Amino acid sequence: MSTPGDRGVVWLGSPSFPDAAREALKDTQLRANLARATSTIRDKRLAVASELDDWEELRTSAAAIKRRTARHLDHYLVQLEESVTAAGGTVHWASDAAEANRIVTDLVRATGEREVVKIKSMATQEIGLNEHLADAGITAYETDLAELIVQLGDDRPSHILVPAIHKNRTEIRDLFAAEMGHWGEPAPDGLGDEPAELAEAARRHLRQKFLTAKVAVSGANFAVADSGTVVVVESEGNGRMCLTLPQTLITVMGIEKVVPTWSDLEVFLQLLPRSSTGERMNPYTSTWTGTTDGDGPSAFHLVLLDNGRTDTLADTVGRQALACIRCSACLNVCPVFERTGGHAYGSVYPGPIGAVLTPQLVGVENAASLPFASTLCGACYDACPVKIDIPEVLAHLRAEVVEAERADRRAPTPEALAMKAAATVLDSPALLGAAQKAASLGGRALARRGRIGRLPGPLRGWSDTRDTPVPPAESFRTWWRKNRSQNEGER
Amino acid sequence: MRVALFLTCFNDTMFPDTGRAVVTVLERLGHTVDFPLEQTCCGQMHYNTGYRPEAVPLVDRFARTFDGYDAVVTPSASCAGMIRDQHPVLARDHGSAALQRQVAEVVPRVHEFTEFLVDVLDVTDVGARFPHRVAYHPTCHSLRGLRLGDRPHRLLRAVKDIELVDLPTADACCGFGGTFAVKNAETSSAMLADKTRGVLDSGAEVLCAADNSCLMHIGGGLSRKDSTVRTMHLAEILAQDEGAGR
Repeated sequence: MSTPGDRGVVWLGSPSFPDAAREALKDTQLRANLARATSTIRDKRLAVASELDDWEELRTSAAAIKRRTARHLDHYLVQLEESVTAAGGTVHWASDAAEANRIVTDLVRATGEREVVKIKSMATQEIGLNEHLADAGITAYETDLAELIVQLGDDRPSHILVPAIHKNRTEIRDLFAAEMGHWGEPAPDGLGDEPAELAEAARRHLRQKFLTAKVAVSGANFAVADSGTVVVVESEGNGRMCLTLPQTLITVMGIEKVVPTWSDLEVFLQLLPRSSTGERMNPYTSTWTGTTDGDGPSAFHLVLLDNGRTDTLADTVGRQALACIRCSACLNVCPVFERTGGHAYGSVYPGPIGAVLTPQLVGVENAASLPFASTLCGACYDACPVKIDIPEVLAHLRAEVVEAERADRRAPTPEALAMKAAATVLDSPALLGAAQKAASLGGRALARRGRIGRLPGPLRGWSDTRDTPVPPAESFRTWWRKNRSQNEGER
Repeated sequence: MRVALFLTCFNDTMFPDTGRAVVTVLERLGHTVDFPLEQTCCGQMHYNTGYRPEAVPLVDRFARTFDGYDAVVTPSASCAGMIRDQHPVLARDHGSAALQRQVAEVVPRVHEFTEFLVDVLDVTDVGARFPHRVAYHPTCHSLRGLRLGDRPHRLLRAVKDIELVDLPTADACCGFGGTFAVKNAETSSAMLADKTRGVLDSGAEVLCAADNSCLMHIGGGLSRKDSTVRTMHLAEILAQDEGAGR
């Protein structure tokens, strides 16, 4: 049985969301970068989604397929294993990050290679594979442009689709100029910050690695159970190179990525590119089924990763988060993400989906601030191509956080005491009436020029940027009783 | 039709004018409105902050208080959403079979104020006059929760002498989110700053919405900036008489 500590996902020692967000908010450049990037991609997504008359039906279908597959996950995973094995691949089962890392490391070691090329993959980010391989003396080279930027900067990803969204092109130019010389072809002298120039520098820098690497590591967007086909959807073509040139291909895939058939896959291939990059179709969709003599890798290993997913599946409300296809639409529409960026979430899964996925994968007590990192505005639910009701799961996880605190602490938190007191007052019209009178008197005592300014204690943060209105002299119920309720007896 | 006003604890305490406005509009349309004094709170704060068992007595109180009315009207989109979407969940997970039945009985008769006017009473012109420049902020619970759509706009467009102006990035959350504004005050402030900029850019004299909680948040930000833009619940605009105005 794995414990959350074996699961990776979160960056150990990260501050709570409010503390991390407070720091991130001071970075006005970051906020400007994020606001520009997310609003561009939001508009693109809306434009291509509205082209399809059956967009809502596609979302409903996708949610239904994911729900059905999750209900029979045991069946489809075994079917996938049989299909992949029959096609010449080898399937490995990993219960947690530690086991998955061990399996991949052993597989690379068995080839005798010390270097691997990597395709952008959330599952390998989740388990911290690169760091684990490095400890074993194996260097992993990220080939996705944005992942390369993160790796060269010894940085952390801040977005599921665009992991370097927190960097602007000037910062990227400086990074390339400083870091590319350590391995591969250095950045050319006088490198500019035009996107085409930067992409060309990355192409040249990576070329030799593509041509010489014997082992590639990938994730998977989908795997089709009945045919054993694994699918990677990408934009740059680096993935295609990694999937075809090396001799050995190792794919690490979360167990929730399985779909029953190609007809099911079709639904997702319409939804994913439109939701993630705002394109009708992504430039590269690679599919492979086991191995083929003389064509592509001669050895294929599929590592099926649990890492908290079956625990999540056991939660009847929370399990819908496993339907996520990692499109990032929820990040791009989230008003909180837009202000704080992804690092504040302290997890490889940032944004709204991260706020519901991370606490479930590692346990709510290890990510207790994340379910509260939302106004429950609902923009994520509307954007989600597989209709994950993220606000519903957030509220559900908040209750779990509160229950965990109740069970864990001998004395209730100040918040719990306040909530209990409020519940008592609010369940009594008489007490509510008394509280209203007290609020009115207290509020008017605090008021200056018709408004209440700075407040102490837990309300200080609120009152830093907001005045509070002065409560009226008379509540509505008092007014009603005096003026309207002649027929109702005084209480 | 026996109509009850569920004002909500927040409006009862902080915004009694909104309650009087709802009563004024409904009486002008020929209805008698009752305000059962046993009413308190829908439990939204407790539910959204994770304190579900604490919310259950409030669900029970709501169902008992409003039992027997043909319609329960509330001038709060977020409280209406809480009742419609969460009261059945709380009754199912934490309540008795009797409570589940009571909740199932009362919930379909609960209407947010603009829903009640447009859908139940089939009215858009409520005979109001308000000669001012007004922007409407679609709160998250109005827009994506209850899906009020253009009901508020239709009601506002029918107000005599009103000048409606567009609010830039209207559909963005103002950053309130109940206890979010306390727990994540800085992030909330950053969202609020963009919203108040939009309000000021709109040129409106008055900002209205179907929820006073969001309006109190935005109004608090405007007040801190010493802005003269007023925030008013939509019902208070609809309550303005022909020839009155303020």
